[in-house]
Amino acid sequence: MPVLSSTDFDAIVLSIKVALTATLLSLPFGFLYAYLMTFFKFRAKVLLEVLVNLPLTLPPVVMGYLLLLALGKNGWFAPLLDFLGVRLIFTWKAAVLASALVGFPLLVRSIRLAMESIDGRLIQASRTLGAGSLDSLLTVILPLSRTGLVAGSSLMFARSMGEFGATIIVAGNIPGVTRTIPLAIYDYAGSPDGEPAALVLCVVAIALSVLVLLVHESLTRKLARRQ
Amino acid sequence: MELSMAVSKRFPGSFELKTDFTVAGEQVGVFGVSGSGKSTLVGLIAGLLEPDRGEIVLDGDCLFNSERGINLPPQQRRVAIVFQDSCLFPHLSVEANLLYGYRRCPARHRQIDVKSLVSVLQLDGLLDRGVNRLSGGEKQRVALGRAILANPRLLLMDESLSALDDALKLQIIHYLKRASEKFRIPYLFISHSLLEVRLLTDQVLAMGGGRVLGQTTPEQLARERMGQSQVGYINLLQVEKLRKMGGLYVYRWGMEELFVSAGDDEAMAVFELSSRDIILFTRHPEAVSARNLLKCTVMDTFPSGNKVGVELRCGHETLIAEVVVQAADDLAIQARNEVYAVIKASSFRRLS
Repeated sequence: MPVLSSTDFDAIVLSIKVALTATLLSLPFGFLYAYLMTFFKFRAKVLLEVLVNLPLTLPPVVMGYLLLLALGKNGWFAPLLDFLGVRLIFTWKAAVLASALVGFPLLVRSIRLAMESIDGRLIQASRTLGAGSLDSLLTVILPLSRTGLVAGSSLMFARSMGEFGATIIVAGNIPGVTRTIPLAIYDYAGSPDGEPAALVLCVVAIALSVLVLLVHESLTRKLARRQ
Repeated sequence: MELSMAVSKRFPGSFELKTDFTVAGEQVGVFGVSGSGKSTLVGLIAGLLEPDRGEIVLDGDCLFNSERGINLPPQQRRVAIVFQDSCLFPHLSVEANLLYGYRRCPARHRQIDVKSLVSVLQLDGLLDRGVNRLSGGEKQRVALGRAILANPRLLLMDESLSALDDALKLQIIHYLKRASEKFRIPYLFISHSLLEVRLLTDQVLAMGGGRVLGQTTPEQLARERMGQSQVGYINLLQVEKLRKMGGLYVYRWGMEELFVSAGDDEAMAVFELSSRDIILFTRHPEAVSARNLLKCTVMDTFPSGNKVGVELRCGHETLIAEVVVQAADDLAIQARNEVYAVIKASSFRRLS
């Protein structure tokens, strides 16, 4: 019976760390973006919508390549990053960024679903009871979007766990540093006797995905009932 | 409370609300069929909708003025709304719902004590519950309490009773009157139900097609609408139970006794009686099957559509009956005549 080696273990921990960080970082932005799209009308709405959803249809490799061009040593944002003393490329932070961009549309989708199901008069009621719009956002819209926030987070977490294309370009495949579960499986698949180890990691990936999707499913059901 | 509104608001499509009125009073009704602009009016006063132009002044404070660029946001207007279906915050307990507005009310405006409100509305047993475990009437009571605890200077009741059945309606009416009087909160009661407007207000703005058609008393409005209404004028009779006789209940109404089929064992009751269910005789009819025969004096007559309304005095009580124009001419009904009003025992409809 094949067991997990310590490098596999590192890959699992790193995957979880990257996915968790990407999800938590994206949450406030996802919430604000969903709020903007649900409750406001403005000119550039369609354009913004397309831009945010682009990673859903774009090959992740393209995303990764664009990120590399932007954040690399001579990239578009290099002066800014140098000034801040931050190095992103080929670190786990780059993997976080790649995961965040690719998973963001999934996160937003669930939050918007929850926000759209909020009865507008609840917000009106809060306003006439003395709440300003920020107060209303925090005390009515946020708690009533809770289900969507958790559902979206779980979906985004699962997607981030599986991120490969963008990650391998922008973060590389460095054992212990940026080698996540999918990258490790890719390595094993390319080596002559790596099949058992690859399979073990596959089982781990499937188990994590099933767990997350179960959580997501039960939450969306709850949301649908409310609607 | 004094409210002046001279505003216009146009909506995509053809609807336009245009008003120019001033109304002063503590219990003011806004009456109109759906689509007449009542809800738009509510939105404009509360600040949830912005007029295209004009001015809204409440108790001397300008809430909106397009020329001077004034538009107070809803949270600064101190105008609370009770919606048709309560709109309680589903994620909060009853207590947290009640305190939502109270906590946001500046200390200098806080005049209502939470405890006394809870006891006036009899909410004691409900405080810890989640709002999804309340009945319709309880929800509306909590919504009313939540609005009052925000210490508003005006309460907007936007079709607040429409979703309730008659018994609950009367219960909420009772609570609303008590709370409004005890805490001195004026209200604007918006409804398409003439009955509710008559029970709750002493003057009324009649709305239609996005305009305020007139300012009148609920009684006057009810008389004007008698001729075109499907049910005529609804007399409201406050009665006291005396006894049961055969299959009928006997009630005291002023100095008269009334025989009613749809009675029950409650000591006090309110019955509805349509003006159409009263038949008038100029002489005593010797034998009639109807159980109630009242000797009345005609106080006044008034035209309403193709009908004539007849205001009758029976003892100290007033009844409105209606007859067609020809009948009024044939019987020569005019003020100070004596007539007999005949009413079947089954014509009374119990309200409470």
